[in-house]
Amino acid sequence: METKINYYLQIADNALILSHRLSEYSSHGPFLEEDLANTNVALDLIGIAESIYNECARIEGKGRIGDDFPYRRGEHEFYNCLLVEQPNRDFAFIMVRQFLTDAFNFYFYSEMIKSKDEFLKSIGFKAIKQVTYHLRRSSEWMIRLGAGTELANGKTQFALDTLWRYSQEFFVPSEAESAMIIAGVGVDLQVVKDQWFQKVREILYMAHLSIPENQFQLNGGKQGKHSENLGFILTEMQFLPSKYPDAKW
Amino acid sequence: MEAAESQGQLWEVFIQSKPGQAYKHVGSVHAFDKDLAVENARDIYTRRGEGTGLWVVPGKEIVAVTINEAEYFFEPIDEKIYRHPTFYDLPEGVKQM
Amino acid sequence: MSTIAPSKEQLLAEFESKIAAEMKIEPRDWMPDEYRQHLIRQISQHAHSEVIGMQPEGNWITRAPSLRSKKILLAKIQDEGGHGLYLYSAAETLGVSREQYIQWLHEGKAKYSSVFNYPALNWADIGAIGWLVDGAAITNQVSLQRTSYGPYSRAMVKICKEESFHQRQGYEIMWKMMEGTKDQQQMAQDALNRWWWPALMMFGPHDNESANTSNAMKWKIKRESNDQLREKFINKTIPQAELIGLKVPDANLQLLEDGTYKHGDINWDEFWEVVKGNGPCNQQRLEHHKRAHDNGAWVRETAYVAGLNQK
Repeated sequence: METKINYYLQIADNALILSHRLSEYSSHGPFLEEDLANTNVALDLIGIAESIYNECARIEGKGRIGDDFPYRRGEHEFYNCLLVEQPNRDFAFIMVRQFLTDAFNFYFYSEMIKSKDEFLKSIGFKAIKQVTYHLRRSSEWMIRLGAGTELANGKTQFALDTLWRYSQEFFVPSEAESAMIIAGVGVDLQVVKDQWFQKVREILYMAHLSIPENQFQLNGGKQGKHSENLGFILTEMQFLPSKYPDAKW
Repeated sequence: MEAAESQGQLWEVFIQSKPGQAYKHVGSVHAFDKDLAVENARDIYTRRGEGTGLWVVPGKEIVAVTINEAEYFFEPIDEKIYRHPTFYDLPEGVKQM
Repeated sequence: MSTIAPSKEQLLAEFESKIAAEMKIEPRDWMPDEYRQHLIRQISQHAHSEVIGMQPEGNWITRAPSLRSKKILLAKIQDEGGHGLYLYSAAETLGVSREQYIQWLHEGKAKYSSVFNYPALNWADIGAIGWLVDGAAITNQVSLQRTSYGPYSRAMVKICKEESFHQRQGYEIMWKMMEGTKDQQQMAQDALNRWWWPALMMFGPHDNESANTSNAMKWKIKRESNDQLREKFINKTIPQAELIGLKVPDANLQLLEDGTYKHGDINWDEFWEVVKGNGPCNQQRLEHHKRAHDNGAWVRETAYVAGLNQK
């Protein structure tokens, strides 16, 4: 049971923490249409995370509610990948982070609908429609950022060079993931990885951008070892429930 | 003139049925230029006094979402119910809000 | 077709008869220059208000105390952006571009509602903004659905429909907090104390002191006066406050015999200071908007260039 919850939380935490970053960007977009689109992605991701947290609370059966997972866990108990907690340095960073994650999500959830686990299957069906659109949107943006002006190409290549070191953590199975894959419940990451690379190469080619070579990869998020960013995210997110633990909102 | 153009190009017609209302798509006409398109649209789509306003738009300028894309393109109606007022509780005694 | 161009007098007479008959004026119709100028000013101010209004609430998205409230707040702020967008579009039918409107905002030539120059200091402010600020805005916007300019009227119809959840979500926050702990009740009362008067000021100066009202009423751009709308608002809102145990911060508030309320004096000196730019957050709000716009310049540029390549 603990392994399963751990696995569920990895998925939910990826969605939640990325949605947090996107939420920070509300009213900071380059134009109104983009601001609205960005918020739609954030809302989709919170929705996915919330469904999974509620299920975690249910199967755990210890009287916790779904919100206790985002709001009352410590940093080391969050299992999201390092990529999604990286800050919004500029629009290029936001979009590169989004594209790399969307591509992962698309193939990940596409595999998830084959899971033996009925709950994951249902989440997969719900999420796949949303992440299909997310990937379409961020792919279009990558091409416009890379194949538009020279300035934009430079900024986007820099974002890619900076964030690439966090991109392979998706495919390094954690203990929970290995166990769940063996059980026929978890998503086979090798399958996702091959498809992901193909998609990323295709779009980056069209965007006149290149994958950084031989870059050392950082990971640890899935084991609860995060970058310094997550502490600040949680401090902010958990402020009210931490300060007023008895209050209901 | 190519054979496909011997009937003129396709124009989509939008009509405002009452003053102040939004323009709605009603159909299309063929015409060789924008002035004729307006006149053709008038003669075809407002024969029964349907309109107080009329637009024509070249059909080829319309960008459409295809049926195949629709499944993931459009938000399912049961998602994001918090965008509707009935999602919220009100204390008894509030008449309307 | 060869027709003699009608004189300005004829055009004006035709325009005024349309207004009298409750017909809408559409973008291609002839309109007096003053009418166009009034609309340019009013609709763009309305659009800017929606967009700047994203900021005080945006301040709390990352600190929303539950996933439910976070989703609601995000969706609400997204609506504000969308409504700004509808309104800019309506304003663009008057022959001025969105870029130009934004430039006027940044140069201080265009205003936005002063209420957004107040800070959102605790979570109950999110409740108070939805309940009072949106409540006041909706009172005005319901009335504006009947405005004489077609694109503005249609934008208002859509906006009113979409905003129908905004006030409820705000009141729900206040209600839950008033049912909650002592801390929460204090936050709720504190938020009401700070937002009540700015909300009343949203309707603008009293009718006898409002420079922009007379022509706007004559041409049916505005359908009800500032004071009429303000009265509607307080008569609806005060019972809602009392029902959940909140005290309206007006020592001179009177309940009249006919069941309506009369509010105490509004501090117009404060109002004009905030309008002039001296409110608690004027600088911050405008700088935020400029910064986002400037930071987005290269993104708009590359999208434009890439769009040309695509054609």
